[in-house]
Order: sequence, then structure tokens, then C-alpha cells
Amino acid sequence: MTGEPPASAETALLVLGCPQVPVQTSIALYLINRLKQAGLKPVVAGNKAANTLLVVADPDRHYLMEVMDLDRAVAQISDKKRDFDRCFVFIHNDAGVSYAATMGAISNAKLYVIIYGEHYEEQVKKIEFPCTIIAAKAVHNPLPLKKAIDEVKPWAV
Amino acid sequence: MGCVESMNYEIVLRDATFKESRDYIKSNFKEFIDVQPGFKVFDVHVIGLPPIAIGLDGDFVVFPYTKPCHGTFLLRVEDGEEAARLRSLKK
Repeated sequence: MTGEPPASAETALLVLGCPQVPVQTSIALYLINRLKQAGLKPVVAGNKAANTLLVVADPDRHYLMEVMDLDRAVAQISDKKRDFDRCFVFIHNDAGVSYAATMGAISNAKLYVIIYGEHYEEQVKKIEFPCTIIAAKAVHNPLPLKKAIDEVKPWAV
Repeated sequence: MGCVESMNYEIVLRDATFKESRDYIKSNFKEFIDVQPGFKVFDVHVIGLPPIAIGLDGDFVVFPYTKPCHGTFLLRVEDGEEAARLRSLKK
């Protein structure tokens, strides 16, 4: 990584889902890298397991910046103590859709949903709120999802 | 949401979808209120697709609690004060 985004940079919240689908950690690191290269400041919010997978993979914090507990992020945004410019919610199950709808309701961030997994189309059908959908059938191989993200370029101004 | 663990709760539904939990409340409780995501019940900010239904049954409050890996649980907690507060929000 070359350089850190300035303190005044736009912020992007990455809301992680359950890490049971392998592509999540890989795509999260990829997206964090892209966002930082574009001058955005990424913040990760996940449960303990999802966050730990990232923190252990990046011990010198070449990619990761702030990592926070998901419940704390929801509380801070709901209580209007904090908000972000962009929000990416990782979805492979029903809970992920619930978190995305919640972010759409409590945050002013531009919302992107990243949908993956074996049965990703079932989750796509549940998205009935304004957002940009990035979706691909991806479980172990992150490349289909990376390709879908690259087509949207959500890091662009 | 750490306080959920310290609550004396009963699990009414487990590992449900959000829709199943909303349908359960609306078909099993005569009294419920609709709230928006992020609304605070006890110390829990509720997660879900709006509107989110919260059931009221005497002094019991029944609300959805979502975890990323386990889906949505419906929890039933006895608290007369919280039930009264929620009732007071009904139109």
C-alpha cells in the first residue's frame, strides 16, 4: 500500500456477514485496498469471527484501518453519533439482508450490497430497498465476485 | 447488545428468517407495534426490513434479535416498564 488516505477523506463502512463463506475475507481485503487507493477511508464492522479473520491476515495493518464491532457500529449510527459516506454490506444469508435494510434505514451512506454464496439469487430477490446490487455465485473462488465489483467500480468518485 | 446475554429471555423462534419472525408476531399477538430499524428495545437496536413488528403480551415484550451467523431469533422478555413504554408509542 502506498500512503494513507487523508483524515478528511470520504469514509466507507464495510459491514461483514457471517464468515462461513470463504470469499468474504478475500473480497473484503480486495475492496479495502481499492477504496484506500481511491483515497477513501475504509472502516470494517463485523462480528468477532469475521473481524478476527481479517486482523490475523493483516497483522501489520497494510490494508486494515479501523475495525469495530458490528453491534457497536449499528448503535453509533442509530444514535446519530456517527455516519459514513458509503456503506458496503456483505450478504450470503437472510441476516445479511436484514443488516443491509437496517443500514439503508439508519444511515445516509450510499448503500452497496455485495451478494455471494451458492444460493445468491435467493438473497438478491429479497432486496427491495434502494441500493446498488453487486452479485455473483461465489463460494470458494472470489474471482466471479471480484469481476462483478470491478464492473461497478464502487470506489470511484 | 451485550445486555441480551444478561436478560432473562425465552426464545420463541430461533434461526428464522426476518419475514418468518415478523409473520409470527403479527399472527400470534393481538397487540404489536411497528418500528423502524435501529429502534431501541431495552438496550438492543433492532435489525431488519422496515417495518419491524414488536409483540406485546401483558408485561412481556417479544422482539427480533438478529445475529449474522444464526439468523433472527424472537426473544420474549418480561418487563412491565418497557412494555408500558412501547404501548405509549402506539398511535
